[in-house]
Amino acid sequence: MTAEKPKLAVWKFASCDGCQLSLLDCEDELLAVAGTVEIAHFLEASSAVVAGPYDVSLVEGSVTTPSDVRRIQRVREQSRVLVAIGACATAGGIQALRNYADVAEFASVVYARPEYISTLDTALPVSSYVPVDLELRGCPIDRRQLLDTLTALLAGRRPNLPTHSVCFECKARGTPCLPVVRGTPCLGPVTQAGCGAICPAYGRGCYGCFGPADRPNTAALAAGLRELGVSETELGRMFRTFNAAVEVAT
Amino acid sequence: MTHRSDRSLHVAALSRVEGEGAMRVRVDGGRVTDVQLEIYEPPRFFEGLLRGRGHLEAPDITARVCGICPVAYQMSACQAVEDACGVVVDGPLADLRELLYCGEWISSHALHIYLLHAPDFLGYDGVVPMARDHRSTVERGLALKKAGNAILELLGGRAIHPVNVRVGGFYRTPTRPELAPLRETLQRALDDALATVAWVAGFDFPDFTHEHELLALVAPGGYPMVRGTPTTDRGLTFPVRAFEEYIGEEQVPHSTALHARLAGRGRYLTGPAARYTLSHERLSPAARQAAAAAGLGPDCRNPFRSIVVRAVETVHAVDEALRLLAGYEPPPRPAVPVPPPGRPVTGYGATEAPRGVLFHRYTLDAAGTITAARIVPPTSQNQAAITDDLRRFVTDRLHLDDHRLTHACEAAIRAYDPCISCATHFLDLTVERRTP
Repeated sequence: MTAEKPKLAVWKFASCDGCQLSLLDCEDELLAVAGTVEIAHFLEASSAVVAGPYDVSLVEGSVTTPSDVRRIQRVREQSRVLVAIGACATAGGIQALRNYADVAEFASVVYARPEYISTLDTALPVSSYVPVDLELRGCPIDRRQLLDTLTALLAGRRPNLPTHSVCFECKARGTPCLPVVRGTPCLGPVTQAGCGAICPAYGRGCYGCFGPADRPNTAALAAGLRELGVSETELGRMFRTFNAAVEVAT
Repeated sequence: MTHRSDRSLHVAALSRVEGEGAMRVRVDGGRVTDVQLEIYEPPRFFEGLLRGRGHLEAPDITARVCGICPVAYQMSACQAVEDACGVVVDGPLADLRELLYCGEWISSHALHIYLLHAPDFLGYDGVVPMARDHRSTVERGLALKKAGNAILELLGGRAIHPVNVRVGGFYRTPTRPELAPLRETLQRALDDALATVAWVAGFDFPDFTHEHELLALVAPGGYPMVRGTPTTDRGLTFPVRAFEEYIGEEQVPHSTALHARLAGRGRYLTGPAARYTLSHERLSPAARQAAAAAGLGPDCRNPFRSIVVRAVETVHAVDEALRLLAGYEPPPRPAVPVPPPGRPVTGYGATEAPRGVLFHRYTLDAAGTITAARIVPPTSQNQAAITDDLRRFVTDRLHLDDHRLTHACEAAIRAYDPCISCATHFLDLTVERRTP
């Protein structure tokens, strides 16, 4: 007699589908994962829907409509562990730029009949509405972190999610420091690790898609960026892109 | 009861499509009176939030419209911004862009063929139960998808929202030895892609054809991907910059949704079947041969058979990637500089996303700040044709009970590989709900 498999659910709110796609991008592990858990609700991958409660819910996307406020509450009620995955779910995502603008005006730019659009003034992370057990950062999330998190949850341990900065990953990878060596503006010193420091390895400054690291000294970095010739306009854009609902000091 | 004359079918949440949508079918007096694709995916206002951002930010920001086809957004955005700034990116940089795009086509097509669409033909709810009975086939599909991702990861840094693309080219271009491991991966992928064509060609396709006009880019040198001229199978052709003059929105009688239309001509389809119909002679030799062996004629007007076209296009993309790898010489610099234009300008871009023509337009001020943006994704363009096909599809199958008919409709929608995430922010998909 085998024990019942834990039930996994995947939910989507305002997002691009990329973070849940990360699960399908685990080509080598997907079938093994599916052998270990029951994929009970994952509309992108399956038409079969098993009713809750769920042992683990992965939630992608930010909450941006009145009906989604109610939906995230229902997801929370049905989930033993709720993991917010990706920049939208943990920090509002790119659409959180609306939080600093007039949404009615945004809607009028995009839609001919904006009165038919039902939306909130803000795009906020899941944690603004319900308690969240774990957050995976990134735009998109890193699939190794996702697998490690699922494995940890199945084994009943806490996943190992670093809160230090991307700089540690550049050192580990042996990537020369771009601001120092080339004078390239880089958000690495204030951005949470987890991606593997991809951008600097490609000669590009980190653009902060994993959101702020633990206790980031953004004011000091901003001063350094100004010295590298970054304008105030560019600075504002750099600090406010894919994790736009998070406020940092510049 | 299967022969009631008044019925209402509703699929509350479409599965195995990108994004969130629903379908409603209304039958009154034995006649299909209403078919609606409802898009309840929340709007994200990309055209609004792009205003005030820098011209060099367009590829990274618009990539976030869609996690399945971010490269398509990056490519159309780069092209439009470069057009605005009067910069031409060609030679090895253009080849590298195409190589990256091949990775996305392979990955996206393999995803749709194996994980989203094939389960319908074989009678499964998804790939996981299908793998219990067809393990090695599913493993072949995952390997093919992984080969596409290998290109994206090596050249782009990661498969979803690649980081190495910039307006003007790349941040860093690979050396020949760095690209070398891809050759072996792609050689295996070519075998897998050919086996995929043979596999899907044997599926049982519902008898259904449409007469929609087909729109795709046509490129003189080859099968369209990173560039081309919008062209239809009925002889209409127009420059990319005139896209918005030819593609307009119309309100349809008996329907409350605004749909993209070819001005003065009506609904149309873009995507793999349109590309194949207009450019099958420009497929790679292996892809052409596979298409012939699979029994594809000079056009494809059965939406269910588009899975075969996707498989043929996957062969082409793998072949093309191998060709680009073989001929690769590192460019002298990773990117062409694209400084702010110094005066207000507007630029246009269109490339072939896996799901069809993706149009971008940006207006920039002198400092390069985006003052206006417009994005027209493939699914928005296809919605009118999909809805029309569904209406006929249902009419021919009213003898089915509700459960089987609903299931058949959902499978029919999946045949078009709609990308609702892409379509949502866009004007044409505004669903205007009828108030009772």
